[in-house]
Amino acid sequence: MSDIAIVGAGIHAFGRHDGVSGLAMGVHAVRAALADAGVEWRDIQVAYGGSEDAGNADTMVGDLGPTGLPFVNVKNGCATGGSSLVSAVTAIRSGAYDVALVVGFDKHPRGAFQNDPADWSLPAWYGEDGLMVTTQFFGAKLQRYMHDHGIPEVTLAQVAEKNFANGAITPHAWRRTPLSVDEILGARMLAHPLTQYMLCSPGEGAVALVVCRREYLDRLPDARPVWLRSVAFRTRRAGSFEVFSPSLALDIAPSPTVDAAREAFEAAGIAPEDVDVAQVQDTESGAELIHLAECGLCKHGEQVELYATGATRIDGRLPVNTDGGCLANGEPVGASGLRQVYEIVMQLRGEAGERQVPGTPRTGFTHVYGAPGVSACTVLSR
Amino acid sequence: MGPRAGRDQAPAGSPHLTADGPLDLDEDPPRLVAGRCGGCGALTFPLRAQCPACGGAVERTLLPARGTLWTWTTQGFEPKPPYVPDDGEFEPYSVGYVEFEGYLRVEGRLTEADPERVRIGMPMEVVPLQRGDRVTYAFAPVGDE
Repeated sequence: MSDIAIVGAGIHAFGRHDGVSGLAMGVHAVRAALADAGVEWRDIQVAYGGSEDAGNADTMVGDLGPTGLPFVNVKNGCATGGSSLVSAVTAIRSGAYDVALVVGFDKHPRGAFQNDPADWSLPAWYGEDGLMVTTQFFGAKLQRYMHDHGIPEVTLAQVAEKNFANGAITPHAWRRTPLSVDEILGARMLAHPLTQYMLCSPGEGAVALVVCRREYLDRLPDARPVWLRSVAFRTRRAGSFEVFSPSLALDIAPSPTVDAAREAFEAAGIAPEDVDVAQVQDTESGAELIHLAECGLCKHGEQVELYATGATRIDGRLPVNTDGGCLANGEPVGASGLRQVYEIVMQLRGEAGERQVPGTPRTGFTHVYGAPGVSACTVLSR
Repeated sequence: MGPRAGRDQAPAGSPHLTADGPLDLDEDPPRLVAGRCGGCGALTFPLRAQCPACGGAVERTLLPARGTLWTWTTQGFEPKPPYVPDDGEFEPYSVGYVEFEGYLRVEGRLTEADPERVRIGMPMEVVPLQRGDRVTYAFAPVGDE
């Protein structure tokens, strides 16, 4: 059993919302999470949250009410949500607080994710020569992975087909039109072997969670708690294959995903085999495949069979990205990791509607990964 | 003055990067300029003044002229700045990591843009690549004159 419960979860639809600020989406998600938990804003004792491109979370008190609570702004790239959640859990476990709010939101301008080599301690020529492009990292890492583990291109299309099918039945998803394997394979090639429909886009959205210690549940008689069995957050070690690497050592170190997932499972006392539903980072189709294995949810190379047989679909033996993942929801950086937790909370409560995993799943897992080599994982249970 | 003004000076002024270009054209054939830490022996590319692993002083070292292709991908759309476009219409290009045995794997543009003619494990050599008024490096399939 765990000492920390998620008692409230709220979301603002992902996608593009012209005229709605990222902060406004964040406020919407917070109010939804509070209502879901059955608590008032004035009950929240501490808050953590942030965005990459959409402002400071703590300014939300202007809308929610300036109650004087400590509100910490978190800005940690793709790990913004995971870092906020880790901070909230640590604050509660310290004994200082009983109930906390976590919020992640974002709104990226079109053409987002432009990078300056100097910000990465890289020489100017690296950008000028056209090597500083994130999709090249995805394509290059994946090309080698497919070579090493015998994965055909059709498996990549099966990932995207599954995620768009899941997005089509997820009310808050961005991309809600199913696409066939042939449409995905035949789309414009952007970063070989990845076509246009195998890569997610920067987007907009917000998610908030209310987190509390076990004892606080006495005050919430109607709560449907989901237990946060563990949360782990790691950064890269020397020699891991990350984005914007002009060179790599001959001995490649494991991804921070491997470290974060292992730590999360060990801390939870739960084995990867026990996971009933999983959300893993699918920035592109290949990332979902690689991350499943790096997290220990399957063996390297086993993905070919898992996707050919439908094992990762909602009615399969290991449902993955049941809300359509980043491919169907886009990637508002500050909100994306918390969307994964939101989805697992809905699945474990049995409140996921049309996309509900059958057979009352008991254990869920989330994994986020991002530049320049960060990963956060959670294990959750009913 | 745009927001990126002065960025060409910034890397050379940092304690980590040197002003050395990536390619030594005085060598025949041209060679990539890497660094080897005098303390821990770690290799770096591009050459850095300080070792990222231990902080030790780094000595300039040249990589072999040839290696093998470890992985690759394509650039199917025109990158945003700071990419400097070539003259005329954008042409998709390929990039990859070439493994230099006993040294490192280095990322660079490939001279071969056709995915059908690129495969992991193929022998590659370092060649100069003229881009505007600058010369940078690329990797060419060996025997591809």
